[in-house]
Amino acid sequence: MTTARISPIPSRPAAPAARRVPLVSSRSFVIVLALLGMWAIFAYLTHGTFLSARNISNLSRQTAVTGILAIGMVMIIVTANIDLSVGSLVGLSGLVSVLTQTTLHWGLLPSLAAGLLAGLAVGLLQGTLVAYLRIPSFIVTLGGLLAWRGATKGASGGNTFPIKVESFRRIGQSYLSPEAGWILAIVTVVAIAVWTIRRRGSRSSLGLASWTPLETALRIIAPVLLVVGFIKALNSYAGVPVPVVILLFSLFAATVVMQNTRFGRHLYAIGGNVEAARLSGIDPRRNVLAAFCVMGALAAVAGTVYTARVGSASPDAGTLLELDAIAACVIGGASLAGGRGTVIGACLGALFMASLDNGMSLQNVPDFIQDIVKGFILVLAVGIDMVQRRSD
Amino acid sequence: MNVMDPAAVTVPAAIRLRVVGVGKSFPGVRALDEVSLDVRQGEIHALVGENGAGKSTLMKILSGIYPAGTFDGSFSMDGVACLFRSVQDASRAGFAIVHQELSLAPELSVAENIFLGREPAGFMGNIRWTELFRQTRDLLDSLGLALDPARSAGSLGVGQQQMVEIAKALSHRAHILILDEPTAALTDAESEALFRILAALKSKGHSIIYISHRLEEVFRLADRITVMRDGRTVRSAATADWNENSVIGAMVGRDVSKLFPAGGRVAGSVALEVRNLEVSGSLHGGSKVTLKAYHGQVLGIAGLMGAGRTEMLATIFGASPWRGGEILVDGKPVTVRRPADAIAHGIAFVTEDRKSSGLLLEQSIVRNVTLPSLRRLSGRVFTDDARELRAAMPLYQSMRVKAPSPLVTAATLSGGNQQKVVLCKWLLTGPGILLLDEPTRGIDVGARQEIYAEIDKLARAGMAIVMVSSDLAEVLGMADRVLVMRDGGLAGEFTGSHANAHDVMACATGISRLQPPEPPGREAQ
Repeated sequence: MTTARISPIPSRPAAPAARRVPLVSSRSFVIVLALLGMWAIFAYLTHGTFLSARNISNLSRQTAVTGILAIGMVMIIVTANIDLSVGSLVGLSGLVSVLTQTTLHWGLLPSLAAGLLAGLAVGLLQGTLVAYLRIPSFIVTLGGLLAWRGATKGASGGNTFPIKVESFRRIGQSYLSPEAGWILAIVTVVAIAVWTIRRRGSRSSLGLASWTPLETALRIIAPVLLVVGFIKALNSYAGVPVPVVILLFSLFAATVVMQNTRFGRHLYAIGGNVEAARLSGIDPRRNVLAAFCVMGALAAVAGTVYTARVGSASPDAGTLLELDAIAACVIGGASLAGGRGTVIGACLGALFMASLDNGMSLQNVPDFIQDIVKGFILVLAVGIDMVQRRSD
Repeated sequence: MNVMDPAAVTVPAAIRLRVVGVGKSFPGVRALDEVSLDVRQGEIHALVGENGAGKSTLMKILSGIYPAGTFDGSFSMDGVACLFRSVQDASRAGFAIVHQELSLAPELSVAENIFLGREPAGFMGNIRWTELFRQTRDLLDSLGLALDPARSAGSLGVGQQQMVEIAKALSHRAHILILDEPTAALTDAESEALFRILAALKSKGHSIIYISHRLEEVFRLADRITVMRDGRTVRSAATADWNENSVIGAMVGRDVSKLFPAGGRVAGSVALEVRNLEVSGSLHGGSKVTLKAYHGQVLGIAGLMGAGRTEMLATIFGASPWRGGEILVDGKPVTVRRPADAIAHGIAFVTEDRKSSGLLLEQSIVRNVTLPSLRRLSGRVFTDDARELRAAMPLYQSMRVKAPSPLVTAATLSGGNQQKVVLCKWLLTGPGILLLDEPTRGIDVGARQEIYAEIDKLARAGMAIVMVSSDLAEVLGMADRVLVMRDGGLAGEFTGSHANAHDVMACATGISRLQPPEPPGREAQ
């Protein structure tokens, strides 16, 4: 989302008494509030089990796969496209990795590369069809959803293949040591502090209203507390799960790409107004193709994590994951019309969906009711957002 | 409806529609002011005026798009006051409008289009197809149209689609038929067919309000002509009491000299030269354009809507496909196949519609302004928000964009300020040639004046400016030289003191060829 949404503070010379836009207007902040509310309810209903170290660890691992997919999906959605094939691609890329291990006896890196290449190839193909042949992405990826699932079923012959390479399995099932966890925490904390202080400095040097020391402190302290609490909880169980590390790394990298590279800015421009983008010298086709390639690669990463966590590649692995990823993006504030959506929002949306799943499962809510509740909440979240927007 | 003998029309007929003192305001603009107008039974009443004179606003009031209560004054039909709350009310009362843009459902048949939503139906809601086609047949026959009711609307030519629109309007039993620029997209033969139908309708007692820029048509068809200017009716009189000169005089006769900066800019070297450029996407096709624009001056491009002006700019900028011809920038031939090429050669293009092709409404002002310059303003890999803000700030301030901060979204700005943002965006690319398409459309007077002053300043600083505008006063007030386009090609050229509204309008409408498309007496060459 734009800088303006993150820091909608009026400039000093233009409007000295201008009203401040409340912090609550930030979409991410609203999701965080909703998340905290939901966690409080589940914690109460489960007599604290929901917030136990063990469950937080579970929850974070459950978020990882959907989160990684949602990161790629939000890049696609921002360009006003959609990718329905990612669930099937999770299954296909996982199977490709495992099959190269079982039939070709490939090691960790070659088999990982094989899965990644499968994802990239599919992204390249689908992106070319969408961007250059102008076939609607809904159709192309709906075809992909069917075709890649069919390919997965065909190649597996309906069988489930256990992982052969032990290090591959560890990607999904092992944890960072507590020390490594704390190093991760320290790096994150320092990064947040440096980034906030630098932004404060550049704001004042440009004559924009600077944040008060209190505001600056809050902007640093709140995320730092969150990070420290999170790592502490995970360490008190088994450490930070590796899938979570992969998710956090993807989150960081994708945020930088979307906010601080020309590629990311071009994606927002294309989704926001393709004609204005074109007239500004941007080639929409090349950028959309690239977004689909990134999505394909991230689907392969998610496929690796998924397969490694489950311990085997099965013909129906990843079924319906595309819908979770899309729901996560939309709950996180992305607009299917394009031009709007953030990586952090998509990840919070994924956490939201995973929390719902996890909390209801702890309560032994039957599967079908879980689906109904998730469906309702998805529509409700977008409905509230639409009503709010209209009243603005 | 009583059928009148055409010969009897000379006797003043009953007044069908009477508009009294109608006014309408939009935020910051008085679009209509004290508009009065009488339309008689069985008359073709032409409504003439420049773009923005208020014709469309008036039509929207008559057709119920702006409901009663949202405007001042009143209008009545056959002496009964019309208080429409909706388009349906207006349609029931006998008003029908055929818009400039055709609005048929291309996949449906002619019959389905005409009776859309009112299909003859059985008691189960099932459409009685035979009846539908029979009624359509009757209607088309009464108009003398040999069209197959079962044909899909999309397979028809533009002219025939227009006829179907008229048939649809008449199927509502319209007494007053409003046609907005009906011949803009028609060939001569199609126009002739349309005129025959209008004459027939008139003889049956229908009243027709005919909006057109084409004075030739107006004088041929209309019984009365009303000229509008700046939201007012200037004069309404029988066609015999007008001549082409008096119509044009009434259309453009307004003194806006104070709005514009003083002229007297000196031409520098040739900045942009276009030779035999085929203008793509134009209605008329096949026309070739040759022109020169000089550093330090404003070149105005006048012409009617659909004359190919926008298409010409888009082709120069590489936004429409290139089909042939040469483009030279500062004397050197350049290849422009996409907008990025044009930007690289120092050409900037401020489009006509800032919402649909100029701005990212959900993005901040800064991000809009830096979009085409992002490569220059970012490092090898990463963009730099602070650097972008530093680059955009001087323009943002000198242009006096009225916004709480350069970080607010473009959607929150008024039209004038949005236009300033678009200008900032293109100026930041450091262009030597600035193409402007209708730079002040839909902008209030205050912001217009600021934009004019900015254009003047840029020209004096050495930029070559090519400005397309449908506002004659604007073209004449701003341009050092005026080119007139008609039917996709150049129809005339006027320089400085030789340019006057009357001649330019005459040239654009193709009324007279008194002003030959002679090469200008350019002293500065």
